[in-house]
Amino acid sequence: MNAPDIKMIKIGTASCGLAAGADEVLKYLRENLKDTRIEEVGCIGHCYAEPLVEIETASGSFLYGNVEPKQELLDKILACDTEACLKLRSERTQKECLKVTALAGKIVPTDIDEYMTEGGYKALTKAISMSSADVVDEVKKSGLRGRGGGGFPTGIKWSFLAAKEAEEKILICNADEGDPGAFMDRSLMESVPHQMLEGMLIAAHATGATKLFIYCRAEYPLAIKNLSIAINQIKERKLNENINGRTLDIIIKEGAGAFVCGEETALIASLEGKRGTPRYRPPFPTDKGWSGYPTMINNVETFANIPIIIAEGAEAYASLGTEKSKGTKLFALAGDLEYPGLVEVPMGITLAEIVFDIGGADRNNVKAVQTGGPSGGCIPVEHFDVAVDYDSLGALGAIMGSGGLIVIGKNRCMVETARYFLDFTHRESCGKCTFCRVGTKRMFESLERITGGEGTQEDIEFLEDISVKIKKGSLCGLGQTAPNPVLSTLRYFRNEYENHVNNKQCEALQCNALLDLTVNQDKCIKCKLCIKNCPVNAVSDDFIIDNSKCTRCNTCIEVCPKNAISRVKRGEGFYSDAEVNCG
Amino acid sequence: MQDGENTMDGNYACLEEMGKEKSYLIKGLQSVQKHAGFISDDAIKAVAGYFSMPEAEVEGVVSFYAQFKRTQPGKYQISVCDGTACHIKGSSLIIEWVSTELNINNGETDKDGLFSLETVACLGCCSLAPVMSVNGKVFGKLDRKSMIKILKEYRNK
Repeated sequence: MNAPDIKMIKIGTASCGLAAGADEVLKYLRENLKDTRIEEVGCIGHCYAEPLVEIETASGSFLYGNVEPKQELLDKILACDTEACLKLRSERTQKECLKVTALAGKIVPTDIDEYMTEGGYKALTKAISMSSADVVDEVKKSGLRGRGGGGFPTGIKWSFLAAKEAEEKILICNADEGDPGAFMDRSLMESVPHQMLEGMLIAAHATGATKLFIYCRAEYPLAIKNLSIAINQIKERKLNENINGRTLDIIIKEGAGAFVCGEETALIASLEGKRGTPRYRPPFPTDKGWSGYPTMINNVETFANIPIIIAEGAEAYASLGTEKSKGTKLFALAGDLEYPGLVEVPMGITLAEIVFDIGGADRNNVKAVQTGGPSGGCIPVEHFDVAVDYDSLGALGAIMGSGGLIVIGKNRCMVETARYFLDFTHRESCGKCTFCRVGTKRMFESLERITGGEGTQEDIEFLEDISVKIKKGSLCGLGQTAPNPVLSTLRYFRNEYENHVNNKQCEALQCNALLDLTVNQDKCIKCKLCIKNCPVNAVSDDFIIDNSKCTRCNTCIEVCPKNAISRVKRGEGFYSDAEVNCG
Repeated sequence: MQDGENTMDGNYACLEEMGKEKSYLIKGLQSVQKHAGFISDDAIKAVAGYFSMPEAEVEGVVSFYAQFKRTQPGKYQISVCDGTACHIKGSSLIIEWVSTELNINNGETDKDGLFSLETVACLGCCSLAPVMSVNGKVFGKLDRKSMIKILKEYRNK
């Protein structure tokens, strides 16, 4: 079978696409449409509709979402069925501003010719025709700030390295996207690896860097693969030659799973083959970094912005955004919303627009968003009219962070969310600073007590007190920001903490120690699935759950075909051991 | 170690592909683990010998990074994602269910050496939360039923 009118079929096979089954779809289409050109592309950001297939024909292109490797898909494709196309919601398309991700999912990530046809490496040629100082100036004028979360002005950072005289100068791309819940950098590396690499080469020209490293998480095998292919293509085309009079090598180093390595000095230690422990600054990396040489570190998204700035000019770039935050920002939207995915929006857009319009979250069911991962904080729905930029989010006690944006629904417990982040940070603390090493552990234990129904008012006071001390007594960003999730939830959701402590209740019915399970006898059809599946035999023959035995594993809720089992307030369920029932 | 030299030729030959500078230590350990599945006591000795550094220093680096395993993992390595999005979507229940299903705790390998279970910080597929991966292949939008089906398929492979 073939499809004569079809020029090309594109399938999104970035990690999220593959996880949704894109590889099976690809195999199926390749087997059934042998004469049609079928290409694997990156991610267009509409992750909720993965796997995605785009058909290019003489009369335009058609996008199909949530496809399955079945005849039905072939029929749709061959008929170019416009009815079955994925309708991209105008609420999203109107608000989005695709600059950095303009080519993501449109071109084959590992095809340098396609990238060049779309204007790729023209910015590099232009930059090389300019003096180094002019390139640095252009980046300064653009107002670009570090996209890794810190928000330090990129041009100024570049000028520090450019000013150094040294035998070797090191440029590192921080691709150790460690924030759980963030996937902007992964998507960029998988979908448009050349764009980031072009940014790195421009930076090398501007700063006089002689050695280029990419420090990438080992959890991102596809990103590493695509980058390696892209680097080889750069070498074949000799694009890395004659920059500062040298031929530059770009070396990928895989991280080995340590969150703290996102911190500059820890990252450098890890690149040197050591334990990833941060050190005191000064000396700053631009004075003394990798193996003692001046070193500059930028994030993936920062580098991916560079070709756009050079190609379009700083002024055009700076026309987008707010006074102090220019350009666009990528956000990884996930959590309790209808359309999770990767979005690119101009700085200054409101949180409400991102969460409700683009993400399609239910206005009546959102409690807060969490930005910046374990270093960030939560912002309650009352403040969703805030214009997103580095400074306004900071003022609310959260941070811009690298771009993870998790929507938290009303049915989630904020104390449990804070406990989750401290569970993460206390394990990821490198152990160098006592306040971070011991303090985060004590905070975690305190939060465990509160969510476990054993907390007291002293625990809340302790959390507030120790938070300040950890922030002051820690050397690096990990410790300095680790208490943020607790501080911001205490600021906006103190009532939840107090309800856990004083009334031993979790309103959201999420903390296992503070809830019971019960069977609604009117809905129950006596199918016995709960009895059969309960791992601790807590369901009696007459369908009553004994909460003294129940471990709250939720298995019965999952297997019940009639949704007859639910979580209820502590004390409302049945206990065979009556003493526990006193609440 | 009597067969120290032999092992260098066999299991640890991958080390020869990289320089002897200490900055290659993590890369060296990664390729040894890729080859053998984990970092054995022997491996620590061999790596320390290759980079001319004390074993304690190698052990120090191994214990620092979450990626390095000191015990033999199962044939199928299950990584349940406990990133923020997955956590919000109930990954702790997924971990508990996998644990009950395989009768092993987080960080353990079952007695047949078939499955091992670990939690990881984030697999970067947040929009499909909750997710888990088996030997690197990612499965998204999990519930108890789909999780059991996936485990069954691997068990029967």
